[in-house]
Amino acid sequence: MTLLIRKPGILTTVQDLGRVGEQRSGLNPSGVMDCAAARILNIILGNEERDAVLETHFPAAGIEFEVDVAIAVGGADFAAEIDGRPIRNGITVFAKTGSVLSFPKRIRGQRAYLAVRGGVQVDEWRGSRSTNLIAGIGGFAGRALSTGDRIPCASSPETRPVALGNSLQPGFVQCPTIRIVAGNEYEFLTALSERSFLREEFLLTNDCNRMGYRLAGEPLYLLDSRDMVSSAVTFGTIQLLPDGQMIILMADHQTSGGYPRVGNVVSVDLPVLAQCGPGDRLRFELVSTAQAERLALQFERELNFLRVGCRLQGQNADY
Amino acid sequence: MADTPKIFPLGESALTIDFGNAISVDLNDKAIAAAGWFQNERFPGFIEAVPAYSSVVVYFDLIEVRRHFSQYRTAFEAVLTIAQRSLNSLRHKTESDKRIVDIPVDFGNSSALDLDVISDQSGLPKHEVLDIFTATTYRVFMLGFLPGFAYMGEVDERIAIPRRDTPRLRVPKGSVGIAGRQTGVYPLESPGGWQIIGRTNAELFTPDKDELCLLHAGDLVRFHPVSR
Repeated sequence: MTLLIRKPGILTTVQDLGRVGEQRSGLNPSGVMDCAAARILNIILGNEERDAVLETHFPAAGIEFEVDVAIAVGGADFAAEIDGRPIRNGITVFAKTGSVLSFPKRIRGQRAYLAVRGGVQVDEWRGSRSTNLIAGIGGFAGRALSTGDRIPCASSPETRPVALGNSLQPGFVQCPTIRIVAGNEYEFLTALSERSFLREEFLLTNDCNRMGYRLAGEPLYLLDSRDMVSSAVTFGTIQLLPDGQMIILMADHQTSGGYPRVGNVVSVDLPVLAQCGPGDRLRFELVSTAQAERLALQFERELNFLRVGCRLQGQNADY
Repeated sequence: MADTPKIFPLGESALTIDFGNAISVDLNDKAIAAAGWFQNERFPGFIEAVPAYSSVVVYFDLIEVRRHFSQYRTAFEAVLTIAQRSLNSLRHKTESDKRIVDIPVDFGNSSALDLDVISDQSGLPKHEVLDIFTATTYRVFMLGFLPGFAYMGEVDERIAIPRRDTPRLRVPKGSVGIAGRQTGVYPLESPGGWQIIGRTNAELFTPDKDELCLLHAGDLVRFHPVSR
């Protein structure tokens, strides 16, 4: 029982919520870029949130089901269809053996996810099923998927569809405001640069991938140029490069960095950022750590409601 | 007060303890000791503590920390309090024995891709470059860049030449490089700009073993020439 990759797309990998706790070894966590999408799809399928999913970029993968299985797609909207019939994001769908999932058109967003009931069944390595492309390990054979790959997946019975409410559907606004907390070197920005940082729009350059996003905009300067020794960094750390431009570290970031850290994207806005790509613009808004934490807790509460709701829907289906 | 570490948030799920922005054995000892303290303490919600040259980052699960430390206004405050406690207990510095790791290196022409460059730039004959390089016992300051990649120092000033202007797209696995006063071994084939002085067949990243990496922060390393 497998998912057959008929077309790999430019970058399709097996990911889960990441291999955390191994940065001391220089091993970056990898994991899905849009963890909100992956968690939500797993919840509506009745999975563990950390079950593995497929992450695909556009042009995206074409996948044949060699198994009868309940699935859900989400994250970016790539006009998903099964055997030519459109399916919505954020709703469970029953895929029959022999049917083919395709993503013919990029409507919005950068990364779409396919979750299957029971999760994608690749082996765990160091507590995660994520593909680490740098070390070439984890996920499916430690690499991006290619034509003819067969990804193990359990079969599941047909059940009533479960749909996601509107509040948890991604917004995809033009020029989103990405909230940040101040990084250690934020206070050393010149007054003018601080203003630019929080008022100007920044463009995502073509140099945006799973490792990081290179931004272009009004250059920012520190009061004195600092020579920094490397320190550990995280998903969402915003580094200021010597040319005054910023780079935001994403899921496949290196574990350490030696550039001034002007900010960190708050965790609830990482999924928003994950769906932005080259040519998109964004703005930054400074919030306190306490606010960032409240936002994170609020999101967890929403996911709890969703979890309970899905469980109830599932129970009703049995009667 | 130069010796008061600075503690600041790295997003809302991590915190950095910065002992001073410098490469020094003393600061590095503090960072490693603090990381070790956290790895032993494992407060509820703790994920890991990652030491670097002169800082340590403590990663935590915000939700778990909130659940266990509800008396604090934020998870950051809770972990900050624990971090301060860690610093107090670090005052009694324990001199732990450092592990010494010997790494065999082939300094032959096909492995030492940049030995000519190092020789030219330092104005020293190749054999002298190698003598100087192998005479030092290096310290692992931190891991980063690649899985199992150890930043080691300090390379003797006479051969401390800067990175290549144009990084190589593929540095062979096991390559031993110099970048200024730093040296390191590429655990995997990777793009990289360090000046390659030799190659080892030692496995620095061992994904199938329980111990993921040969080297750890605080280890001492000696390079030995092997004859081919």
